[in-house]
Amino acid sequence: MKKIISLLVAAAMCISMVACGGGEEKPSSDGGNNGSETAITLWTYPVGKFGDEATVKGFIEKFNEKHPDIKVKVEFLSYKDGDNQVTAALEAGTAPDLILEGPERLVSNWGVKGKMVDISDLWKDTKDDIDAQSTAIAAACSNNGVYYEYPFCMTTHCMAINYDVFEKADALKYLDLENRTWTTENFVKALEAVKASGLIPETGVVYCGGQGGDQGTRALVTNLYSAQFTNPEHTKYVIDEANGIKGLQLIKDLVEKGTLSYDAGIQAAEELQLFAQGTAAMSFCWNAANEANYASQVNFKPYAMAFPSDDGKPELAGGIWGFGIFDNGDQARIDASKEFIKFICDDEVQGKESVKATGFFPVKASYGNVYEGTADEERMSGYTDMMKYLGDYYNVTPNWTEQRTAWWNMLQSIFSGKSVEEATAAYTSQVNK
Amino acid sequence: MPKGRTLEPRSKALARQETISAYLFLLPSLLFFITFVIVPMFMCIFNSFFDYTSTSFSFTGFDNYIRMWKDPVFIKALKNTVLIVIVSVPAVMIFSLWVASAIYKMNSFALSFYRCIFYLPVVTGSVAVTVVWKWMFNKYTGVFNYVLGTTGVIDQNISWLGDERFAIWCIILILFTTSIGQPIVLYVSALGNVDKTLVEAAQVDGATDMQTFWKIKWPSIMPTTLYVIVITTINSFQCFALIELLTSGGPNDSTQTIMYYIYYVVFKLDQFGYGNAMGVILAIIIAIFSAIQFKFGSQK
Amino acid sequence: MNANKKATPYRVITAIALAILAVLFTFPLYWIITGSLKDAAAINSVVPQWFPLAPTLDNYVRLFAKPSVRWLLNTVIMAVAAMVLTCLTSSLAGYALAKKRFTGRQLLFSLMVCAMALPKQVILIPLLKEMAFFNLHDTLWAVILPTVGWPFGVFLMKQFSENIPTEMLEAARIDGAGEVRTFTNIVFPMIKPGVGALAIFTFINSWNDYFLQLIMLNSSKSLTISLGIAKMQAEMATDYGLIMAGAALAAVPIITVFLMFQSYFTQGITMGAVKG
Repeated sequence: MKKIISLLVAAAMCISMVACGGGEEKPSSDGGNNGSETAITLWTYPVGKFGDEATVKGFIEKFNEKHPDIKVKVEFLSYKDGDNQVTAALEAGTAPDLILEGPERLVSNWGVKGKMVDISDLWKDTKDDIDAQSTAIAAACSNNGVYYEYPFCMTTHCMAINYDVFEKADALKYLDLENRTWTTENFVKALEAVKASGLIPETGVVYCGGQGGDQGTRALVTNLYSAQFTNPEHTKYVIDEANGIKGLQLIKDLVEKGTLSYDAGIQAAEELQLFAQGTAAMSFCWNAANEANYASQVNFKPYAMAFPSDDGKPELAGGIWGFGIFDNGDQARIDASKEFIKFICDDEVQGKESVKATGFFPVKASYGNVYEGTADEERMSGYTDMMKYLGDYYNVTPNWTEQRTAWWNMLQSIFSGKSVEEATAAYTSQVNK
Repeated sequence: MPKGRTLEPRSKALARQETISAYLFLLPSLLFFITFVIVPMFMCIFNSFFDYTSTSFSFTGFDNYIRMWKDPVFIKALKNTVLIVIVSVPAVMIFSLWVASAIYKMNSFALSFYRCIFYLPVVTGSVAVTVVWKWMFNKYTGVFNYVLGTTGVIDQNISWLGDERFAIWCIILILFTTSIGQPIVLYVSALGNVDKTLVEAAQVDGATDMQTFWKIKWPSIMPTTLYVIVITTINSFQCFALIELLTSGGPNDSTQTIMYYIYYVVFKLDQFGYGNAMGVILAIIIAIFSAIQFKFGSQK
Repeated sequence: MNANKKATPYRVITAIALAILAVLFTFPLYWIITGSLKDAAAINSVVPQWFPLAPTLDNYVRLFAKPSVRWLLNTVIMAVAAMVLTCLTSSLAGYALAKKRFTGRQLLFSLMVCAMALPKQVILIPLLKEMAFFNLHDTLWAVILPTVGWPFGVFLMKQFSENIPTEMLEAARIDGAGEVRTFTNIVFPMIKPGVGALAIFTFINSWNDYFLQLIMLNSSKSLTISLGIAKMQAEMATDYGLIMAGAALAAVPIITVFLMFQSYFTQGITMGAVKG
């Protein structure tokens, strides 16, 4: 009996703690009205160091030196369950003010559904500067002329090879190391050489256990025969056209021959691990940030390459990251959020620091090479070279979220025996509605 | 059921008084039950007749229900869900009964030891257990492929969770290990409570172990069996973390379950109405399962 | 029962099988704990290190750099609160359902039995809306309250309360004891083992209810340890060492609670269940 009573007492204490904890969290939303101080919430997806608490808190401190009246509370999302949390928060009315991600979510997921604020005014002074880098950026960040994202960094997603293994297998001759390109034909030859060398268990692993890092498999499939992923208007998925089918068929054949392998149980995270630990000779999900993250684990030279393509002219998928503002109906908080965006993206000092923290490249031409004179300069130069291969940003096509699931399901069905024609037809009929 | 009630005729006033006091006792519980189960359930039924997304809410009648039966993923999910329940419930029941009958006569230390061992996966925490299995199933660095490879059972590494033939069985296996703890505890006690004089009498009469088991022990542990079936069914229907963290429903929807599919449709595709309609169907299926089990159990 | 100690082949095989099973069932936990002490190279080695050859606490250092203690505390608060509330409401309701005759009793009980197996996915959107309405989304209450609403506890406590001899209740009434006194002095002591069982059961269940936590909580202040671990699986990296450290941190308290209250649990759960 005593035990039970003491348990109850302890529990009552705990409950009161929860109650207090609950009360503590409330003020964040109503600070806007008393004029003196505004509290806003920022949620970040892990874009480079923006997933790291110390870095972001440091930025917020610097922001507060200039704007002591705006309190920024930050939460860190993961790609694994971030989307669900945002959906739940939107439904429950606890959405943040600011969010950091790319157009595929800010524009096509939440923007077109009317959940976000039009932030065209932020673009006014800087659009020319950004257009000078690439006009595709402004197109991706807007829908029907309404801007939902204000970007600050971008990159191209590429692949990487294990340089040491390729060298020993005498496969480097199939690569254009200087331009970091290779033709589809040479890609196949290189795979065969690496496989024949027996130096490494797997040449490459086409992962399709989920949507994590699917930009890699998409880029691989489309580049092989210069296929388009969507039509130019971004209204329809067209991977079932001849070149897309050819690309998928080649991958399927390679897998059946054993020169390439697939794994329906893993996603990009695991594939990168295989690459880093020397189990696979290449990774299809590489970028500058990954090279930095895995630097401590690899004991070989990872060499970034563009995806192989039949004409030797790769078209790489890009990532464009920036901020969007959820419409929480409070003008003070919207204005405060804009101040924060301006500081992170446009401040003379902070702007470049923000880009560096992501490990990617600025969207503004005027920023030039932000890595000049830093320890990262050499590492980043290889990736700078590939920025010119930046292709169409098709991630804003309708049904994007559904497409992502359908994509890895389609790959799974192809590898488990379904014909490519059938699988792509099923895929397009599902996602083109 | 309660016996030996004094059956004097009670006045209406007394009956009313008892009803009032009963409801007062029930009040706190009902408050929670109605607010967080019954009301949402009705909202769910209501919503299921609407084309309900984050931006729209318009009446569509039975469209969501019709769509369901034309949705191949839903059909697959339904089959898988039923498969999981149908395989894991008897497996858990038989296995835990076997373990319990093997250990219930042991000394108290050994008994406690085994009870705890089989309970470990439950109390390790579902997410913790799931992530370690994910690692063990890994094609390259998992212990399964290593052990089976070195013992010559398989000649090349298998992607356990990425292979249609194995994925759902891997899920069922993990579910199994996290489900048998409680049934074993229950059966151990139930077997311990079987009337010993009856067992001894049977043995004196020359009954074999098997005969004693079926004729004497089995009927007297029947209520426990019913209970085991009920909790295992609940457990199997609710397996979500496993799917979410291991396979996301793949490969080729071979581990897709209704629970996960509802979650996917609602949270990824933003189709709340459709998700709710599937929820209603699932609730009906579960209610039928429960009703059958209770009918079956109360006949004993 | 000396007759039972004979070493028949069947018994020998059973003993061996049990020993093997014991090893297999302990293995995941063993693998979590040893994994948490391995560095990346050992974790990812193709030939598994059965025992960490160069144990390191590095994973734990990184784990505690995250707000993992807060997560753990949140989880404990959540599970304990759900446990206490469930035990209170269920023991009252279970008693009433078992021992009182009143209109609507049968209907109510059937409703609860049917709702018992209802997965929360079914009602997730309405629940979310409700929590928004009560302004509780992203607080631990959003997880606690639906757990308490789940009627399993009432079902279990009803089974226990059936054991209370009606004569004792009548005697108390004749002695002039009020309803509350009857409950605290007679009913509660008799169903105590059941309450103990329900307590552990609810504690473990709410600890393990990943789904509800996933939907209802999002800020790092209110995360639970399960969510914390799940979040460690990033899109571009899988850090098994860190994840295993998190899993170990999550497992240790709940295993401790279980071992401490094990006897309560085993006695309690049985008494209630064996009665049909």
